[in-house]
Amino acid sequence: MSTTVISVEDISKSYRLGVIGTGTFFGDLNRWWARRLGRPDPYAKIGEADHGNRYGETILALNKVSFQVKQGEALGIIGRNGAGKSTLLKILSQVTAPTSGAVKVKGRIASLLEVGTGFHPELTGRENTYLNGAILGMSRAEVNRKFDEIVGFSGVEKFIDTPVKRYSSGMYVRLAFAVAAHLEPDILVVDEVLAVGDAEFQKKCLGKMGDVANEGRTVLFVSHNMSAINRLCSRALLMDGGLLVEDGTASEVTGRYLQGSDAMDQGRKWSLENAPGTEELKLLSVKLIRNDDAFASSVIEVKDSLALEIEYLVNKPGLRFRCAALFYSQGVCAFASIEPKEVKREVVGRYVSRVFIPPHLLGENEYTVGVSIFTSIGVKQHFVRVQDILSFQVFDSMTAPSARGDYAENMVSALRPMLNWDLTFKDAAGN
Amino acid sequence: MSAESEATPKQENWSLIIRPQRAWWDLRLGDLWRYRDLVVLFVWRDFVSTYKQTILGPLWHMVQPIATTLVFTVIFGNIAQLSTDGLPPFLFYMSGNTVWSYFSACLTSTSDTFRANAGIFGKVYFPRLITPVSIVISNLISFGIQFLIFLGFMIYFKMSGSEVYPNFWVLLLPILLMIMAGMGLGLGIIISSLTTKYRDLQKLVGFGVQLFMYGTPVIYPLSSVDVEWRWLILANPMTPIVEFFRMAFLGTSSLSPIYLLYSFGVVVIIVLAGVLVFNRVEATFMDTV
Repeated sequence: MSTTVISVEDISKSYRLGVIGTGTFFGDLNRWWARRLGRPDPYAKIGEADHGNRYGETILALNKVSFQVKQGEALGIIGRNGAGKSTLLKILSQVTAPTSGAVKVKGRIASLLEVGTGFHPELTGRENTYLNGAILGMSRAEVNRKFDEIVGFSGVEKFIDTPVKRYSSGMYVRLAFAVAAHLEPDILVVDEVLAVGDAEFQKKCLGKMGDVANEGRTVLFVSHNMSAINRLCSRALLMDGGLLVEDGTASEVTGRYLQGSDAMDQGRKWSLENAPGTEELKLLSVKLIRNDDAFASSVIEVKDSLALEIEYLVNKPGLRFRCAALFYSQGVCAFASIEPKEVKREVVGRYVSRVFIPPHLLGENEYTVGVSIFTSIGVKQHFVRVQDILSFQVFDSMTAPSARGDYAENMVSALRPMLNWDLTFKDAAGN
Repeated sequence: MSAESEATPKQENWSLIIRPQRAWWDLRLGDLWRYRDLVVLFVWRDFVSTYKQTILGPLWHMVQPIATTLVFTVIFGNIAQLSTDGLPPFLFYMSGNTVWSYFSACLTSTSDTFRANAGIFGKVYFPRLITPVSIVISNLISFGIQFLIFLGFMIYFKMSGSEVYPNFWVLLLPILLMIMAGMGLGLGIIISSLTTKYRDLQKLVGFGVQLFMYGTPVIYPLSSVDVEWRWLILANPMTPIVEFFRMAFLGTSSLSPIYLLYSFGVVVIIVLAGVLVFNRVEATFMDTV
């Protein structure tokens, strides 16, 4: 039987809305004096209506949230920005106290809201390992015991006695994560640490978290990465507006979240003044369309078919060019596609070029999209060349057949087409 | 199974309960002890990071006291001709400055605890009191260097026949240090607790410490203060410390060592008050800093 190791009981957290005081003692005194004399607040913005009772107005970042976590459970927490996830984490990691309610914890709890907290640039890798370990709650003896393992995991053996200010950012993050990964708390609370670092690091990070969960320790994991939540967590909580709106299995809850986020528009529009391009041609908007015209979304499933819509204004009749769409993942161009022909746009006006992406091409990654519009007939000329126009996340809900087959674990690749495999029997052993 | 865990909550087994406000007496000093390695590492960090890539390293601490002492000697000794209780002016000012700079360093650097460490404090929990405690210890290093310089000059003056009489009271130096450290720490954390909300109090610290110095017999002996105003200087808990330091190492003071008990009492109160206020603020300061 597993015991309850975390019991969150009616936790609320309120923040005072707007400016908390004027920030200086003199300012607060001044305001208090004006209030006493019935004069208007000297710090109110001119033209802003004074509602009189604004002082003390509060916002509930968390509203009576209760849940329990059992030992060995891997719990994912998801929700939109501002849903209260971070506040909940802050309370669990004792960075700030709740306004009401209580959290009861059994066992040693360690939280990882950031990797490399307290790293000092002047100190060497070795010194920082000890310092960071101690900040995270390890004793010197504990770090001593695990030191070789930590350094091995980080892969910076050669530079361990070099000040970390000389490290590349990758080395820095690897060492920082290595320290954190070797914490051995009973309960591990992790924020979206995975959002930083390169693909290899993210993979390592996810793998290590999986190990922690498999070892029977309890993990609380906040992330926007639905794939990671699905893979690592058995149970998930969905938060919205400070309320706990859903508590269930990870796949149910992530599914519900994705449905809810469909309305999010992930297009990008420019006004004429700041549209990228030249006098002759201006890029007006780029939009990603999922399945049909109904939705634009930043969360896409592997099984969805997509269309990228590029809208532009041609100012010169008879301009000849072609559009290209570039999809980047993990810092490299995963694939690019160009219009097959340089078509002459005879009339001045707005045009839309569309490129269609079939289902089961993209992998479970975050992609960013770039657009180029150029001509290479005669003198090569770029009219538009924009990177990072929009980004979207591809996710496998594992509800339909995919390139995964029945494999449920981590699968990192820039593209993941469904390809055919066959298997034939050649001959029997020993013949 | 869920019914069971609902029905028989084993309240006593919780190892940690996070509540809106801890009881004021719940100081979690045990936590402080558990994180003692962190104190050592913070002190080490402060030491290393201050002196890496400097040519003279810790020797920089020699420049400050000697320069300050020379300035004091010229301005207060030669130009203003203040009394030094018959001591060589150079030694007199250096003794005052050695003691005072430890106290003022402790006070100014701990008074910024919450603001300066908001980055770390916002990401991870450890007993916040670790930071000011380690600062007070770090400052002992520079005090040690200044103190050695002072000792060197004292021996030099003694050898060249000045009227300087170190005596057995020097054995109480550790206690003097403890009182100063406590005073700097206590006042510092009170100020840092208040500055989480009001930044302008921080500005007060710089010149406040300077004014405080003139209210303490650092650049003048207590004996030169008019008798009717002497109570005012005596009310200052730093007075007995500076006077006592001079008495122990240089052999002159008009103050009975009994006054040290007064300083001690005040320090106990300040430290207690400081820890209580600090403890109160640490729970939610991240929301206002």
